Amino acid sequence: MGFLEVINVVKRFGANEVLRGISLSVEEHQVVCLIGPSGCGKSTLLRCINGLEEIQGGEIRLHGDRISGPGVDLNALRREVGIVFQSFNLFPHMTVLQNITLAPTRVLRMPEGEAQEKAMALLRRIGLEHKAQAYPDQLSGGQQQRVAIARALAMEPMLLLLDEITSALDPELVSEVLNLLRELAEEGMTMVLATHEMGFAREVAHKVCFLYGGVVHEEGPPEEIFKDPRSERTQQFLRSIIEAGRL
Amino acid sequence: MRPGFRKETRRLSNIPRDGLGFAGGSLLLVALLFGATLWVMGRVKQTMAANGFQALWADVLLVGVTLAPLALLWPSARSLGQARLARRALGQGDLIAARVASAEAHTWAWFTLGYAGAWVIFLLLVLFFIANNVAVGRTFFQLELIADSFGMILRAFWVNVVIFFFAGLLSLAWGLVIAVAKLLPGRPAQPIRFLATFYTDAFLSLPSIIVIYLVGFGLPLTGIGLFRNMPLEALAVLALTLTYGAYMAEVYRAGLESIHPSQWAAARSLGLSYGQTLRFVIIPQAVRRIVPPLLNNFIGMQKDTALVNVVGVIDAFNQARIIASNDFNLSAVTTVAILFILITIPQTRLVDQLVERDRARMRRG
Repeated sequence: MGFLEVINVVKRFGANEVLRGISLSVEEHQVVCLIGPSGCGKSTLLRCINGLEEIQGGEIRLHGDRISGPGVDLNALRREVGIVFQSFNLFPHMTVLQNITLAPTRVLRMPEGEAQEKAMALLRRIGLEHKAQAYPDQLSGGQQQRVAIARALAMEPMLLLLDEITSALDPELVSEVLNLLRELAEEGMTMVLATHEMGFAREVAHKVCFLYGGVVHEEGPPEEIFKDPRSERTQQFLRSIIEAGRL
Repeated sequence: MRPGFRKETRRLSNIPRDGLGFAGGSLLLVALLFGATLWVMGRVKQTMAANGFQALWADVLLVGVTLAPLALLWPSARSLGQARLARRALGQGDLIAARVASAEAHTWAWFTLGYAGAWVIFLLLVLFFIANNVAVGRTFFQLELIADSFGMILRAFWVNVVIFFFAGLLSLAWGLVIAVAKLLPGRPAQPIRFLATFYTDAFLSLPSIIVIYLVGFGLPLTGIGLFRNMPLEALAVLALTLTYGAYMAEVYRAGLESIHPSQWAAARSLGLSYGQTLRFVIIPQAVRRIVPPLLNNFIGMQKDTALVNVVGVIDAFNQARIIASNDFNLSAVTTVAILFILITIPQTRLVDQLVERDRARMRRG
């Protein structure tokens, strides 16, 4: 039994079936990368794990506990599972510091002073302590995304979901975000990433899953998937990535 | 080179007009305008004489106004000068210089035209004012009466301000409640949503004067203790709050719905509840966006405070009407009109400024 178990999950938007009985298993302290063409369901799967989308079939288990379906305390679940979005989604009317302390003070009822201390420690760690009083639109994309990660980390989640978090960044800003992820991986943070950064997936992931047609089409350790993919579809996908000069 | 979308290169070669006719026309217009002003001011002087009014300052003012249109000689002369330059440049075949001078000539001629048009309107207003031996002036602007009644009107206007202030604050709060109720998600909230929708539909379609009438006269008639002992002003506040709460609710709703769903996702994914997300993330952003339309509603409500006279509240308009029927003259009502204009203009400018600031922020990205 894995730390996170996705079992035959089905997700439909109206008549459009995005996830068609997808199964996935993630061990604790593992980094799992989801790759695949756009529209294959990577983002949807992450949103389902976090309870942002309801699922129509199958189930999701975290640490042996069922976290999908009726009766689940979603607010409690989301305290344990953090998610970072492609478009950062920082709160534009709050300073960087307020963005990070909002959830700890309001959800965990942490005293303001303690929350701020922790937030400053996180900001120091991502090298942005001098931006604590800045507003999101005064930061670069890479800085915003690092703050978004810090905001998720402030809740000390057991599991971190990252939804194509470098896709909206200018190329020269991608590395600062990836370096942070690298550190988190080294510290043993359990992470599931939907990503187009194949080089990064190859280097950091313990397992790579190629999603196609709403299921995990092929999965395995990165060397295997990238060097010796078995399925025709996976080969085709990787060929087009190489042609675009992204691998 | 491969055949593609490249256009053949051609020289731009439109020949500009010198604008001499236009400039000359503007000069002629100034002369006509001066003549017209002379005639109108003559009429004013006649009227003054007929009423036995004689004052040095008035004569100086009349002469000044008569001479004012001559100031337009300056732009029209400039236009003429530039037009002549343009003609000379054309004669020498210097197209670029001709274009520059001709553009200048046209600009100054239009300048003359614009100011002349405004001046014509001013002259018409003066004629209207003195028509029928200053009947218009006497009816609306009898200075003596305005001065005599000003204190009373101002005191009564304070009632408008108080009603407006309380109804404004209350409808702001009440509108937010309604808007949130209208947007509550899920099946259990369906009846609440229905009620809130019905409420806004009803009060958006009811003329506020009818609501004021029903609330101001009807509620005390019911004999319910609370309403029987309420001062009329408080009932007026209640009526305006009910009406404008619906307007405000619509504005709030537009604001709340304009916040991108990703903000909801971000807040909820951090474990914030529905209410916390609304309170800390969505409402603060929404309100910032809708300040201009909210202020517009404020101004609309401010004007509607004049309607409370239908239930007998002695507000500025009611007071002015009493004075008007006693003296058979509307000057006191003019005072009320001016008071409303005076308190509203700063607010409209503020709205403009806020809209402009918002636009600037959008442009910045």
